[in-house]
Amino acid sequence: MSTLLLIEQVLNGLQSGVMLFLMAAGLTLVFGVMGLINLAHGSLYMVGAFACATVALLTGSFWLGLAASLAAAAAAGVLVEVTVLRRLYRRDHLDQVLATFALILIFSEAITFTQKQLTGTSLPMYLDPPALLAGAVSLPFGIQYPAYRLAIIVAGLLVAVGLFLLIGKTRLGIRIRAGESDREMIAALGVDIDRLYTLVFALGAALAGFAGAMVGAIQSVQVGMGEPVLILAFVVIVIGGVGSIRGALWGALLVGLTDTLGRFLLPLGFAEVMDPASARAVGASLASMLIYILMALVLIFRPTGLFGARP
Amino acid sequence: MAEPVLSIRGLRKSFGALTATDDVTLELRRGEIHALIGPNGAGKSTLIKQIVGELRQDAGEIRLRGEEISALPAEARARKGLARSFQVSSLASEYTVLQNVVLAVTGAQGRAFGFLRPALSDPSLTGPARRALARVGLGAREGVRAADLSHGERRSLEVAMALALEPAAFLLDEPMAGMGPEGSARLTELLSGLRSEAPILLVEHDMDAVFALADRITVLVYGAVIATGSVAEIRAHPEVRRAYLGEEE
Amino acid sequence: MIREPVLNALILAALLLVPLGALAMDEPFLITLATKVAIFALAGVGLNIALGLGGMVSFGHAAFFGLGGYATGVLASHALNYDPLMTEPFQIEGTTQMLVHWPVALLLSGLAALAIGALSLRTSGIFFIMITLAFAQMIFYFAISWPAYGGEDGLSIYVRSEFPGLNTLDPIQFFAIAFALLALALGFSSLIARSRFGLALQGARQNEARLRATGIGPYRIRLVAFVISGMITGLAGALFADLNRFVSPAMLSWQTSGEIIVFVILGGVGRLFGPVAGAGLYILLEHNLGGLTEYWKLPFGFLLLAVVLFARGGLIGLLAGEKRDG
Repeated sequence: MSTLLLIEQVLNGLQSGVMLFLMAAGLTLVFGVMGLINLAHGSLYMVGAFACATVALLTGSFWLGLAASLAAAAAAGVLVEVTVLRRLYRRDHLDQVLATFALILIFSEAITFTQKQLTGTSLPMYLDPPALLAGAVSLPFGIQYPAYRLAIIVAGLLVAVGLFLLIGKTRLGIRIRAGESDREMIAALGVDIDRLYTLVFALGAALAGFAGAMVGAIQSVQVGMGEPVLILAFVVIVIGGVGSIRGALWGALLVGLTDTLGRFLLPLGFAEVMDPASARAVGASLASMLIYILMALVLIFRPTGLFGARP
Repeated sequence: MAEPVLSIRGLRKSFGALTATDDVTLELRRGEIHALIGPNGAGKSTLIKQIVGELRQDAGEIRLRGEEISALPAEARARKGLARSFQVSSLASEYTVLQNVVLAVTGAQGRAFGFLRPALSDPSLTGPARRALARVGLGAREGVRAADLSHGERRSLEVAMALALEPAAFLLDEPMAGMGPEGSARLTELLSGLRSEAPILLVEHDMDAVFALADRITVLVYGAVIATGSVAEIRAHPEVRRAYLGEEE
Repeated sequence: MIREPVLNALILAALLLVPLGALAMDEPFLITLATKVAIFALAGVGLNIALGLGGMVSFGHAAFFGLGGYATGVLASHALNYDPLMTEPFQIEGTTQMLVHWPVALLLSGLAALAIGALSLRTSGIFFIMITLAFAQMIFYFAISWPAYGGEDGLSIYVRSEFPGLNTLDPIQFFAIAFALLALALGFSSLIARSRFGLALQGARQNEARLRATGIGPYRIRLVAFVISGMITGLAGALFADLNRFVSPAMLSWQTSGEIIVFVILGGVGRLFGPVAGAGLYILLEHNLGGLTEYWKLPFGFLLLAVVLFARGGLIGLLAGEKRDG
């Protein structure tokens, strides 16, 4: 096994980790501030990917597509927050789960319908990375790595830094943190809590849409793409701790790396002790369960997650 | 002297810089009503929570009938014979009065894993439950949903559920709070007779009731015990008068 | 308003009379549809024990449904291929007997529920939802990546499994099996709800601190309920595999978990017959809306949203009013 290949896999793990972070950050923010579990967060990811792919297809510009993905996901987020989710903040989790499950059905069918009207098919769409980021870049030690994937890592980390600054240093961040601890107090301070909630939700939605657009250019863009990512983001949150942005970051990187490296290393490891075909099968099956096993271990030793509040 | 039923030694609990329970030592003896009083914020609730197992102490020990219980979860302490009522009524609100008490009897008998026989047609459950209800005067209300009870009735139901556990010790957290005079009088009489069955640690704000009922009184101020003694001793205690009674009267 | 027991009897009668009528009019498709209702209802009756009685919002019941399905699929495929399940240390043959499939399905889904429940119940609320969802997804991915039983393509069962004395290929006889199991599960569920265990379980949902104060630990109560719940849903999965003569990872998917919740909610959470009414309504809508438009889940999504926002008691709540205990 070559070291170069391993480093490339580590980079791939980081890349999937930072994208997971964008999803998990929005989810955990919305839960922390509004107490809402939003299953339709994956739909916003899908909306972002479709918006980017469609606009890129029509205009030929990935960058316009990227801008469209942010706008479309944030707009979709605001729309569902104002019309539906706002009524659910004080309801129990069961109602939230069901209503957002209904939203998934609505979003998925609406996208399928729209895509069929616009393009005539409901087959997966493919989105090319921008020309600027085509090809590979040379990294130290002679590593060749796709420029676009590297850009995803950098973009994801930049967004993470921006998010930490936003939450930690700005007036909006202070209000968000106040909203997490005490709704009444922040209402008493004269902050328009409805607007704050809508803003937080739009922020989370835009992050999801951004992730969808970025990942859309390395995978296919299709209905149903959001939910597997959503469930991974849940695993991230369980590992990192609900409501913690820091936990979401570490959890996401841990999950991204564990998943990617498990898929790479386990079949190789089993090949040492069994024939190649069985090694591939056993390795792949075990690798597919690895992050859930990680989650189970966290649950056994730290039931509230690595960065969760309360002992 | 006989071993105390409930004995608390050197109990400490802090939240950050705040010491909520400061080296509390307290005994509940056979046959007594022991009142725990103190001004608001004295740490009575925190102490109760540690005794029943909702909070874990930082240091010290809690013994029930000689057995160390302070590492056990709340449900295990209840099974060992510690019955508590809640400060704010805490009932299964969708259940009827009878169902609530039958639930307590089920717990007391350690028989929650029965799957087929309807609980409400099992006389070994409904019998003790109805007796407990009759003692608190709720006999005629057994079919009413707990959510539909009046405030005073809910307090009585709390006490009935504690009775149904047939415990070694009662821990009653403000059982009279918000009750009308008639209810208070009835409850005072009930508690007075109850001490011969099992001793009562009583947290109560109603000083008339405390002075009428208590055999001994412990005064808690800023998390620490400043005095323990008979009603007369506590009435005469200068520190208590200053720290507590002085503020109240 | 109709009294709930009367309404329940009407629902059960409808589920029985529709296929009998279909038999008279020679409409085998309708019988199959009714069988599907009975099986989905059975899955919902299972979930309802965790969700309705215990207040545990499990978004992972597809795991048990799918495992039950694979129990039937794997046993049957070994039998049909004359290929023993294992030869070391002793030989185990596949079988096409439902009376063997069912206990295996119950055991398998029960063990999975024990493991998943033991871990998930260390937490509560939103954590519980996410964890049950995640563990079900784990089993889903395992089924996809494990090549022995069809992987992503699923596993066909060429011949429907057998039941002594019945011709299971005859739609009405297979319906009778599904209906009988549903009736048994409903009876069992009704007994549980009134039992000491059910009293404690519903007590845990209403007021956990109170339950502890009476000396009952909520964890074990909930775990046992979760296992029973998973087993009943697993049994439904075994029947569903036989209905379709096919199992695939789709049975394990998060959508399936969502659908089982929907059966329970459409009918009315915690109502004994809620899942039956809900599954019936779901199939009715799927069939009728699906006939109007290929995008039937769009209006269905809006309907579901309306139920959550405005009609929380579900169908039974709408017809029989608020739940009465006792």
